[in-house]
Amino acid sequence: MSSPCLSIKNMTMAYGDFIIQRDLDFTINRGDIFVIMGASGCGKSTLLMHLIGLHRPIAGDVLYGEESLWQADYKTRQRLLQRTGVLFQSGALLSSMTLAENVALPLTEHTRLGAQRIRQLVSYKLALVGLAGFEDYYPAELSGGMQKRAGLARAIALDPEILFFDEPSAGLDPVSAKLLDDLIRSLRDHLGATIVIVTHELASIFAIGTYSVFLDMDSKTMIASGPPKQLLAESNDPKVLRFLTRGASENPSFSAIKTSGT
Amino acid sequence: MAVDTRPSNITVNSKAQLLEIVIVGDWLLESQIPDLDLVLAQLGDGSQFKQLVFSTESLGRWDSLLMTELIRLIAYSEEKGISVDIKTLPSGIQGLLSLVSAVPERVGVRRQSLQLPWLEVIGNSSLHLQSDVNALIMFIGNLTLSVSAFFRGKAHFRWLDLWRNIQDCGPSALPIITLISLLVGLILAFVGSVQLALFGAQLYIADLVGLGMSREMGGLMAAVIMSGRTGASYAAQLGTMQVNNEIDALETMGFDPMEFLVLPRVLALIFIMPLLCLYADLMGIIGGALVTVNFFEVSLVEYVNRTVNAIHMMDLSVGVFKCAVFGVLIALSGCMRGMQCGRSASDVGDATTSAVVTGIVFIVIADSLLTIICNRLGI
Repeated sequence: MSSPCLSIKNMTMAYGDFIIQRDLDFTINRGDIFVIMGASGCGKSTLLMHLIGLHRPIAGDVLYGEESLWQADYKTRQRLLQRTGVLFQSGALLSSMTLAENVALPLTEHTRLGAQRIRQLVSYKLALVGLAGFEDYYPAELSGGMQKRAGLARAIALDPEILFFDEPSAGLDPVSAKLLDDLIRSLRDHLGATIVIVTHELASIFAIGTYSVFLDMDSKTMIASGPPKQLLAESNDPKVLRFLTRGASENPSFSAIKTSGT
Repeated sequence: MAVDTRPSNITVNSKAQLLEIVIVGDWLLESQIPDLDLVLAQLGDGSQFKQLVFSTESLGRWDSLLMTELIRLIAYSEEKGISVDIKTLPSGIQGLLSLVSAVPERVGVRRQSLQLPWLEVIGNSSLHLQSDVNALIMFIGNLTLSVSAFFRGKAHFRWLDLWRNIQDCGPSALPIITLISLLVGLILAFVGSVQLALFGAQLYIADLVGLGMSREMGGLMAAVIMSGRTGASYAAQLGTMQVNNEIDALETMGFDPMEFLVLPRVLALIFIMPLLCLYADLMGIIGGALVTVNFFEVSLVEYVNRTVNAIHMMDLSVGVFKCAVFGVLIALSGCMRGMQCGRSASDVGDATTSAVVTGIVFIVIADSLLTIICNRLGI
């Protein structure tokens, strides 16, 4: 029913000799809100870096539609990546520029639009994320949640087909996190973008995720995939269940902590 | 990728009090679009129209470009008292429009123009100068307090930090000091030789280089190098710590950043600068000797004898004392600019720049004052 937007083919990631994750193989379909989940340190963010072209896998490939990201030359890779937008964990706004300049940056760089048109687009994008009127503010003058939304405005500046989020709700209060989730979902619905989220926030995972993979730190590969709610209902893997139920699937054993500690 | 884009167009049909806006074709960022102002002009003052509807049957692909045009059109119509029926738009556009208006702009949040009149800019910078001086005096005061705490043995800092700072501004700086001082000695010798050789007094190049280096150039060169090397690094370190809230963290843990961060850096420079000065003096004299012995028929022994006779203990002490003062000034400007750093990446750059500029200005002013004082005292 839906076409593949991003395919990960037998990919292995490593820093030097240290393997982070191996044999990752899954497909992200157009219109999905795809969740990459797993415990802290399992390689979720590293996987994201590989998907957006910042780190080269030591084996395997990433396909954007039909085109290979890592077999391609530099120019092709840049063209493929122009169809994506990334929201980094901290927003990653350039601190010496105002919000308007931050959002306008990809527009001035990658399009031939006039200054007037870019100003209109910037105001529109900022209004979309609920920051109307904040054009002339510097990132340091805003709260963490607002910085994140401004980062989102910059990520959607070029109407990307695929939007990547690294821990979007980290550091936000529950209400702001929910608002951001709603925003992500309505952007998917109205812009028709595919969303890839790296997160370990259970609330977000169940609220907006349509499909997911679970990365395991010990076996260094993905051990489950499917819609998050279905995983919760049907998975037999104790690690997945423990994660999806915040550890409630088993009795917390204090003796284990005691013996492993000290 | 190579899908043909259909030309876009927008037309207005008016039926009595009803306005129909017909949008056709593809509205994409790269495509040529009709000028919306022409459409707005057709609305006139809007008094004869009550309602505006859209007809989008032939609308092709669209992106943010169409959205910005629609937002302009809708805002203009509502301003003229025409009610806009957005229900006649495709559901995707409706959703985005409702998202745009979901969080209305807060009153007073928009900033007025950032361009200030030039008179105000001058006024602001003069006011800024005053607060700059105040900050400097405050900083010196705080530093004095922590130095006195140090001598009473009550300062909280890690000796390891002091040791690392000494390592960093002493031995690691030797290569560049060697190079520069050697060349300065060489240059002094060449410049002096032009005049002295006229009288056959090449031997006195040794006096010129020895006195020049030990009283003035050795210390000055070491100070300028250290200002660019260590002063800048202090400002960048402390500035980055400021950006990362590390200094706030230290304060909440009960450390005085003045004692914990600034004191070891200042002490390290005060301790190291006189030594670097002596080293630079020596290198300069060697540079002078290289020229004199090789080009002007003076033997090495003669040169050394001449140098030993020319330089008195007082000359060396004056140079070393000056250099210690420079050390304080470099550490002061570097640490002060770092501690005053703002919270963004470009602020760190500004702090570093102004640390070096302030440092060199201080050094030159102090050098002039000290030279005048020495002259008056007959030292």
